[in-house]
Amino acid sequence: MAETEETPVFDPSLKKKPRKSVAFEAENGDEVNGAGKDNAEPQGLETGEGGEGKESEEGTAEMFKGKKKKKPKKADGDDEAPGEVAEFDPTALKRKKKKKPSKEKAEGDSFDAALAEAGVVPRGEGEEGAEDAEPALPEDTGDLLLGTGVWNAASTVDLTYPLLLTRFFTLLRSQHPDLAGDGRRSYKIPPPQVLREGNKKTIFANISDICKRMKRFDEHVTQFLFAELGTSGSVDGSKRLVIRGKFQQKQLENVLRRYILEYVTCRTCKSPDTDLKKGENRLFFVTCNSCGSRRSVAAIKTGFQATVGKRRRQQT
Amino acid sequence: MSIENLKVNDPFADDVGDTQPKNYVHIRIQQRNGRKTLTTVQGLSKEYSPKALLKAFKKEYACNGTIIQDKDMGEVIQLQGDHRTKVMDFLTDKGSDKMGKYALAKENIKIHGF
Repeated sequence: MAETEETPVFDPSLKKKPRKSVAFEAENGDEVNGAGKDNAEPQGLETGEGGEGKESEEGTAEMFKGKKKKKPKKADGDDEAPGEVAEFDPTALKRKKKKKPSKEKAEGDSFDAALAEAGVVPRGEGEEGAEDAEPALPEDTGDLLLGTGVWNAASTVDLTYPLLLTRFFTLLRSQHPDLAGDGRRSYKIPPPQVLREGNKKTIFANISDICKRMKRFDEHVTQFLFAELGTSGSVDGSKRLVIRGKFQQKQLENVLRRYILEYVTCRTCKSPDTDLKKGENRLFFVTCNSCGSRRSVAAIKTGFQATVGKRRRQQT
Repeated sequence: MSIENLKVNDPFADDVGDTQPKNYVHIRIQQRNGRKTLTTVQGLSKEYSPKALLKAFKKEYACNGTIIQDKDMGEVIQLQGDHRTKVMDFLTDKGSDKMGKYALAKENIKIHGF
């Protein structure tokens, strides 16, 4: 048990595309931003990440609206941000308001609220000056996620299309990783839980869980494991698999990975959402649920098994 | 003269599936008692002399091994110890002291086990 705890989720496709799926500061910042907008200025346009600079604001705001709408709901007791906005910006323009929450959030996440409160006003003023000078600055100033610098709504820099595009994808990837990219989401199954029984047996505890996740029969996976590992075993009372021989979690993980590659993922679209069915004449077919392709897979063959252990009586 | 539409075009060129089973060489591992293992090399085609290969393997990896006559699988090379990756490298090595021009393609070798 203990050894399995360090890797919470084992991702069979990890080696291909390592991806960080969490961007917590950005998420947090958004909430703050959303809350600020809601309280101080209900009719306001999208702030921060929505505002892609003045010129393109209308268009991109539309684009982001869908995901924007969820955010304010999520925003809970973030009263400090709205408070600040209301406090030092009662008469300012919409635009100015937009900039400030984002700025404050950029710094406020790392500092205390009190520090930020003290620091915000001068910073807001200073920012104004900085923004006037901003067109001269290089393109990649400002945080893509937080919407500062060039990305500020008040900024007057002409944003090029590629620049906007990169920002769009950065945001999409950080906040909605499942929407981004090539359509295949990362496929995750729990790591195999491996225990040792005695000295010569290994227990694969969560095989039924893994099988359920892969939508495969236990027997099929078991058969594959035994064939690959060149061993035998049995299933015990609580549906755990007892494998003869010593195996570590990593080793079983490798074998499972190979199983997934061979019998689970669709060759055409790489989707793991497939069904394994026994077709006519004893062949197994993998049918993809997302692209509809169907392919036959090789039956599991054990191959040559050397006699291990005590010598069998020589048959003549 | 040529007609654009009648160019030779293999419609199955990008067929990814390996529909008919290739003659794979299977390299397997089996656990013995303790931390001892066996490596078996199965499915070598008839052109290769298992005897000569075994001799080379034994020398290369400083291990013992035998050739086993199996009813279904034919001749199987069995080596003592885990030499799977090394056998794989050997079989694909084009060096003159290894397989030379008879080297196998990597796609035709399957390594089993953990």
